[in-house]
Amino acid sequence: MHIPDGFLDGKTAGTTAVLSVAGVALALRRVRLDLPPRKIPLLGLAAAFLFAAQMVNFPVAGGTSGHLVGGVLVAALLGPSAAVVVVTAVLTVQCFLFADGGVLALGANLFNMAILNSFGGYAVFRLVARCLPGERGRLTAMAFAGWCAAVLAAIACAGELAWAGTVAWAVGFPAMATVHMLIGIGEGIISALVLLAVSRTRPDLLAENSPATPPPRAGEWLGYGLLVVLGIAIFIAPFACPWPDGLEAVAARLGFEHHAAPVLSAAPVAGYRLPGIHWAVGATALAGAIGTLTAFALALLLGRLLARKPSPDA
Amino acid sequence: MNLQFHQLPAGHASSVIHRLPAGVKLGATLGLVGGTVLMPLADQWWFAGTAALLLIIAGLSRISPGFLLTRILALSPLVLGVALVNACQATGRSHWLGVAERSLLCLLTVTLAANTTPFSGILRVLQKVRVPGLLITTIALMHRYLFVLADEAGRMRRARASRTFTRTRRFQWQTLSSVVGQLFIRASERAERVYEAMCARGWQ
Repeated sequence: MHIPDGFLDGKTAGTTAVLSVAGVALALRRVRLDLPPRKIPLLGLAAAFLFAAQMVNFPVAGGTSGHLVGGVLVAALLGPSAAVVVVTAVLTVQCFLFADGGVLALGANLFNMAILNSFGGYAVFRLVARCLPGERGRLTAMAFAGWCAAVLAAIACAGELAWAGTVAWAVGFPAMATVHMLIGIGEGIISALVLLAVSRTRPDLLAENSPATPPPRAGEWLGYGLLVVLGIAIFIAPFACPWPDGLEAVAARLGFEHHAAPVLSAAPVAGYRLPGIHWAVGATALAGAIGTLTAFALALLLGRLLARKPSPDA
Repeated sequence: MNLQFHQLPAGHASSVIHRLPAGVKLGATLGLVGGTVLMPLADQWWFAGTAALLLIIAGLSRISPGFLLTRILALSPLVLGVALVNACQATGRSHWLGVAERSLLCLLTVTLAANTTPFSGILRVLQKVRVPGLLITTIALMHRYLFVLADEAGRMRRARASRTFTRTRRFQWQTLSSVVGQLFIRASERAERVYEAMCARGWQ
């Protein structure tokens, strides 16, 4: 999902860069205040771990294989702010050392994978883990959060590409969402299995059990939540929403809409409104809801299966 | 991606390009990438000029063309994928050509810069432009232990493979996950030792 250079224009790259600088600054500040100096090398080692873990290939049907992305897993293991710093380090090194992901697109990649993926996934993880107590609940939460984070980051990526005018929303969104709904299943299963392995071997290392990493504070939730909402409002909402956007509404009210009419009618799809768009939006929403419910049911099943079984490497 | 792919080319570390200060190279990289992304496609002279400049730099740096070619091909599946999607649409073809042109030029720029600049040089430049110290420490430690942990993961996987029969896919997933979990545990134990070593050498 690394966006290369050349896929984003100036405005998209700039906006995402501002959002991710704010997010990373917030994460660094929280980590500096909350993390004891003892734990600082752990951030670097966790980043190296994430890099090495991404090289372990899991066999999927038909000779293909997939690998862990791991932002949400690190968030569950170390807490959200530490995860944002760790994933930022990984993405920066991938960008500058291995040319994986663009330099000017680094802002967008950071926003999708460090902030949306890690924090968005962590929020889902906490929410589900609070509703379902015990080990079973925690594994279910991990699997579901891994799936949600993969899909959320993919949709944001499609929105950014559409805003930059590289890949049309009508093409990019279904492709990215479908592929990552499948990839997300693998991500969720691997995350839950790894969390299980860690919690069976060294339960003291988990963020919620160790006194060294306090639970996120209100300011942290508020800051990241604001960034996530801003990102969704800028990159996803204008494309996904069937209502006319603010500018169109103002234009209609002030009555200068007809001035723009020649341009609009010359465009292949006037005003983005395909015939039958209301039905299409409803169908997309329905498909999304069914997909999410299925993923949650699968996560519940996985949590039940894993929590009952003895440790895989006992 | 496998580890061989991540290893940097050995030898030829003494060309004119290698000896340039890291700040100059990073600045030039940013300038070239920024220009390539932001210039309108009508200005073909910019793209031709950048391509010519990059070819000259590649020649001067004495990195083998085969290495550069495989590196760029390995990194462009997304570019090629979007090419296929856009090639199916009648209208977007010229637009897509522009996107591909930009991506390939930027990819070549960053690959050249990364393979002629030592990582410590990049870190020093980051320090100079006031990137927060915590992030730089994290990146430096990550780079130091990346290859160590990747090797460790490889050894653990080999040890697993030589001791267990891979019966079913589900069993494989469980063993691979416990390898990853174990890797995290070893990484955090190593982090504690690293912290003590850092303190012993007068860190902070």
